[in-house]
Amino acid sequence: MKRRDFLKSVSGLAAGAALPAMPSVISSAKADARSETLLIVSEGGPNNLDIHGVGTNVPGYEVSWNCYDRLITHEMKSGPGGVPYYDRDKFKGELADDMKIDDMSVTFKLKKNAKFHDGTPVTAKDVKWSLDRAVSVGGFPTFQMSAGSLTKAEQFVVIDDHTVRVDFLKKDRLTIPDLAVIVPCIVNSELVKKNASEKDPWGLEFTKQQTAGSGAYKVVKWTAGTEVVMERNDAWVGGPLPKIKRVIWRMVPQAGNRRALLERGDADISYELPFKDFQEMKANGKLNVVSLPFSNGIQYIGMNVTKPPFDNPKVRQAMAYAMPYQKIMDAVLFGLGNPMFGAAKDKPTEVAWPQPHKFNTDMEKAKALLAEAGYANGFETTISFDLNFAGVNEPLCVLVQESLAQLGIKTTINKVPGANWRTELNKKEMPLFTNVFSGWLDYPEYFFYWCYHGNNSVFNTMSYKSAAMDKLIDGARTAAAAGDKAAYDADVKGFVDLAYADMPRIPLYQPYVNVAMQKNISGYQYWFHRRLDYRAMAKG
Amino acid sequence: MLTMIAKRLMFAIPSLIGVVIVTFLLTRALPGDPAAYFAGPAATKEAVEQIRKKLGLDKPLIEQFFRYTNDLARGDFGNSLTTGQPVAAEIRNRLPASAELTLLGLFVSVAIAIPLGVLAATRPGSWIDHLCRVTTTAGVSLPVFFTGLVLVYVFYFRLGWSPAPLGRLDVFYSAPPTVTGFYLIDTLVARDVEAFRSALSQLILPATTLAIFSLAPIARMTRASMLAVLASEFVRTARASGLSPSTVIVTYAFRNAMLPVITTLSMVFSFLLGANVLVEKVFAWPGIGSYAVEALISSDFAPVQGFVLTMAVMYVLLNLVIDILYGVIDPRVRLEG
Repeated sequence: MKRRDFLKSVSGLAAGAALPAMPSVISSAKADARSETLLIVSEGGPNNLDIHGVGTNVPGYEVSWNCYDRLITHEMKSGPGGVPYYDRDKFKGELADDMKIDDMSVTFKLKKNAKFHDGTPVTAKDVKWSLDRAVSVGGFPTFQMSAGSLTKAEQFVVIDDHTVRVDFLKKDRLTIPDLAVIVPCIVNSELVKKNASEKDPWGLEFTKQQTAGSGAYKVVKWTAGTEVVMERNDAWVGGPLPKIKRVIWRMVPQAGNRRALLERGDADISYELPFKDFQEMKANGKLNVVSLPFSNGIQYIGMNVTKPPFDNPKVRQAMAYAMPYQKIMDAVLFGLGNPMFGAAKDKPTEVAWPQPHKFNTDMEKAKALLAEAGYANGFETTISFDLNFAGVNEPLCVLVQESLAQLGIKTTINKVPGANWRTELNKKEMPLFTNVFSGWLDYPEYFFYWCYHGNNSVFNTMSYKSAAMDKLIDGARTAAAAGDKAAYDADVKGFVDLAYADMPRIPLYQPYVNVAMQKNISGYQYWFHRRLDYRAMAKG
Repeated sequence: MLTMIAKRLMFAIPSLIGVVIVTFLLTRALPGDPAAYFAGPAATKEAVEQIRKKLGLDKPLIEQFFRYTNDLARGDFGNSLTTGQPVAAEIRNRLPASAELTLLGLFVSVAIAIPLGVLAATRPGSWIDHLCRVTTTAGVSLPVFFTGLVLVYVFYFRLGWSPAPLGRLDVFYSAPPTVTGFYLIDTLVARDVEAFRSALSQLILPATTLAIFSLAPIARMTRASMLAVLASEFVRTARASGLSPSTVIVTYAFRNAMLPVITTLSMVFSFLLGANVLVEKVFAWPGIGSYAVEALISSDFAPVQGFVLTMAVMYVLLNLVIDILYGVIDPRVRLEG
């Protein structure tokens, strides 16, 4: 560049910068657009618009939920605080008009007027292709399908253009609920097949970038890491026509800015804020803050039971007495959580999960138990946590560290980067750690199957193995499938009691999902996936 | 001139090859397992293995490297796992956002720092010298994210003068058709004055943040270099010959003092690109800095490699431009080149 050109371009820039910066003037057309547009701000955005894709992240689930339909979905009921809450036990059709459950199969009749976004009608072969895809692509979707004993393409049978049958491999209470989660979404098979290739027979590359469903919304613009813009599908037949015409979802990494945007009234909804912010926003009352417990979710302290000192149940009980439960509730969560400790001594075990255990902070008892176990002078150990959730995990671990120091237990804190956390969990070598588990399917035996069963899944982070426990869990699953309530209740109470006697992991609290929104936003619903459902929302 | 450019570019090739190798090895040495990360929270060991195979991470390192360089030769930077997009396209889309912000920040900074430095040098010990010292010390000692947050708090949250820190444009404006990728230019090309205003008002706070941060080195270097030149013999001669003070300072001293300032500018520009990472986070700016950091956090190799490589190429080009500028300012350099 010559000096003269350089100077010219510089003076051009200077002229531009000299123009006064006016606050953006919004014409009346734009004001209308605003009242029908929902502006969501959150920390992270989707990395893939298709839940069947490789490594689709949790924000991606939200897109799938709103842009695709499933055969069935849940009814709503009134939840804690009057907030609409999905009803675990009641189903209604979304793409299906009718569902008939037989002994070893279930038959769905499709809505005849259902159309995909491009106008092609939704047929039984789309349903079969989509379910085949979910059980075949591998990774998370296939795994989730198998949780409901849906594993083979042969299970999905086309009867005629508008009728599909799903055959059961075995009786499993979770099969029907598993058809109402996000994964078994119905995809426009003709459109995707046209864009598939030999290397990519299920067209995952195509659906990663655009939605090919029949859902209430469709993605019109997606800039990864910046924004997702969705528009209403006016031809949607899955339910009543949503009120929100357009959804703009912006990624704002700074939590402080998300709060500022909400308080200034520029953004409509945000989640993923620090608990302290939620607590303060609740207190000042300018915004609606909804806090609801995670269904089937618990934050806990886990102990590796295969190695000393935690192989000794006395040590584990001592740990359960040494946890600073109330401090964690107050100083870490600001009260936004359900305590999972300190149940009354005479409270009978319920057929429910999660439910609190009977331990309380009691350092004398902890000391006595430690002495009995031969650790009167304490020991040294390491407590690990996932840095992705450092906002909660870090203060929590510091409190635990302080508390254990009173017993002479020297604890080093090990911060594990988010990318590494799952690898570390899989190794099952961390002696002491905190973690959250929460299941989409809200059944006690589902939770216990993943977290306490001797088949040692990644979530049995403690490597806990007990023949008695396995028998109870398997018993509850069989009893649930057979509808034997008495046996089921006995087994559930049995495994809860055993978990709280053996204490391989110490439940601390049931976390809350917190959502802050403007006062003029209504229709928030709690779903098992804890993401937003725009279809029921309204503004003004 | 052309031979000089060609020669310089030749010299850059080995260092670029080095960068490719080192970033490849460094990203592989990162702790964390992308397969486990992307298999999701509910994955079994088999699911993780399936993902690993799909990502080609089960192959030996050397094979992965050859595949990577092979793709690179065809201009394919690979795919990002966190955003799901091809890295080359992402960088192409995001680089203008970062560049526009950095250049404007640098421009504001230069516009303030150079006059300040010159004035401070001509009147050492005066109030303006002290002002220069205080502002530069304050600017450099405040971390950028802090300055950014304070500016957002005051000008957006408290006073409401500034628009919401939501990236490059107000949510309800659509981006202008891409010509240069710089919204200030593209909106003018599209004759969309409202969008231009929106883009400019979105830019002011982040650019100011960057400018505050980069004032110090430029102003200090201008001052020091001016002081040295003003004390030199040719200035004394010029003064003795009865030239007016402004001619002495602007025509004789300033031009000679520019060389070290230009060098500093290139350094400032490169570390502003780094400081950008934080500013982009604060202002939700869709630039390459925030992109690279997110990728790094999730052990997403391809964008990190792409980012480092892009940066390396940019440094090479930047140094080239600076060398050419030297020649424009100081004929002696041209002769040696």
